[in-house]
Amino acid sequence: MSNGVVNGDIVVEANNLTKVYEGHTAVDHISFTVKRGEIFGFLGPNGAGKTTTFLMLLGLSEPTEGYARILGMDPFKEPLKIKRMTGYLQENMGFYRDLNAIQMLDFIAELNGIPEDEKMERIERSLEAVGLLNQAKKKIEAYSRGMRQRLGIAEILLKEPKVALLDEPTLGLDPDATNRMTDLILGLSEEKGMAVILSTHLLHHAQKICDRFGIIIGGKLVALGTMDEIAEKKLNIGEKMYTLEEVYMKYFEEG
Amino acid sequence: MRSFKALVKKELADHLSSYRFLIIFLLILMISLILVYMAAGTMTESLKGEKLPRFVFLMLFTTSKINFSLVQFVAFFGPLIGIILGFDSINRERNEGTLSKLLAQPIYRDTVINGKFTAGVIVVALMMVSIIMTITGLGLFIVGVKPGLEEFWRIFIYTIISIVYISLWLGVAILFSIIFRSVATSSLAAFAVWIFFSFFFSFGVNAMISSIIKQYGPNFKEAFIHVSRIEKAISFTSPMLLYSDSTATIIDPMRRTLSSFNLQVGLMEQMSMKRFAGPLPLAQSFLIVAPYIIYLLVITIIVFIASYLVFMKQEIRSV
Repeated sequence: MSNGVVNGDIVVEANNLTKVYEGHTAVDHISFTVKRGEIFGFLGPNGAGKTTTFLMLLGLSEPTEGYARILGMDPFKEPLKIKRMTGYLQENMGFYRDLNAIQMLDFIAELNGIPEDEKMERIERSLEAVGLLNQAKKKIEAYSRGMRQRLGIAEILLKEPKVALLDEPTLGLDPDATNRMTDLILGLSEEKGMAVILSTHLLHHAQKICDRFGIIIGGKLVALGTMDEIAEKKLNIGEKMYTLEEVYMKYFEEG
Repeated sequence: MRSFKALVKKELADHLSSYRFLIIFLLILMISLILVYMAAGTMTESLKGEKLPRFVFLMLFTTSKINFSLVQFVAFFGPLIGIILGFDSINRERNEGTLSKLLAQPIYRDTVINGKFTAGVIVVALMMVSIIMTITGLGLFIVGVKPGLEEFWRIFIYTIISIVYISLWLGVAILFSIIFRSVATSSLAAFAVWIFFSFFFSFGVNAMISSIIKQYGPNFKEAFIHVSRIEKAISFTSPMLLYSDSTATIIDPMRRTLSSFNLQVGLMEQMSMKRFAGPLPLAQSFLIVAPYIIYLLVITIIVFIASYLVFMKQEIRSV
């Protein structure tokens, strides 16, 4: 792609992003950047504006104020390029239930214009990566929640994007499925070098895999930085042991 | 282009494998069988011993014992097919969470509507063509007359008009599926529009006309001219009237005008006209209905543009 990484390694940039729905401010002037190969933990209570931020990054929703850039491009000026290079795993994602995994991925491949000659191979590779290859002929209807979420990751792998936006990929998964999902997400950034923005409520897992965090409460970004940086502001540093959960709750209670 | 093809393919597969499609198809097949059987029965009975009219084959589509021919049937229930194929096309995807997945892929929003509409039109075309083939085939068998070239063209034009007409209602249904989030609401809204134009509209027009006629009192002729002018204006706002008027002329070569012309002229004129009564050439029939066909197309395009505008403006929201 001619559109390489602009401004060093920064892949995703949100600058004063704001979204107002009929007088109610869902997202209030938030700014952050995410680098290549980085997992950005996007934390916050339900309804804080995480999904709205994702939609604005993708260009599915127009910001009232501010702007988003992915690989230096404006989601509204070059929507197709951005969507080709961004994988989005939405919250409560839907599937065409009558299709099986291969048909679903084939459809996604067609929409993304993946060359015919490498299509099948890429489909198989992504199914293999998420451990669904042996169930690929089964209708999605019969999939468990964990399998569906993994199929969602397979859709992202298939596109081989530069950015992955994951909106609560672990929602409603059992502990084993959650662990598998966490490993897959780690793989996206470590093996594929994607910039990952991950929203989740499982702070214990987030602490393990995220490089940096942003905490959004009531539409405002109240904390931004590495674990140590965001902890420093609320807890007395040097107080040797703390978990992400403790830090988050501090922000939540005081924010 | 490739993404458009992929979308059409998926929609087509959805349609053709759905029970909904199977049920409509069987229903229509059954009704067309009954219609052709009745039409053929009436025809063989009434034409016995008489010289065959020139366009005997077309009578299959217009004659029936209970005065309900295929042409009328499509005018009446064609919209239903369009509505059934389209009423949940966008909002079902929205509710199941597949719409935002679709829109997160590198395709333009209008490609989604185009794909759905195209697939729907293909299904409608398949249905219409197979019904007409069934009737034609059975007609050959029962009546034992083969259609001439001109009749073939007339049937062809009739098929095209019917596809446009049903597609118009498909467009209306898709528009409602974009406007309303709930599948139940969008289907009810589309049905309401259909009922308005099929039942209520003609009641309203009749009521209006009878009140106008009363106003004129004994001056019958003037009243009639006034009324026929109103009728014409009104027919341009009702897809059903547009359709039945235009197809009637195409499929029935003996018709020369779209209004009940006979009442407007005196007895002598009528008699002199009868002397020249003969089938209208195809080109002439087509000229009469061309504006109606264009008008149907224009309404379809307007509905389609409305769908675009509403869909483009709609926010994809998190909840």
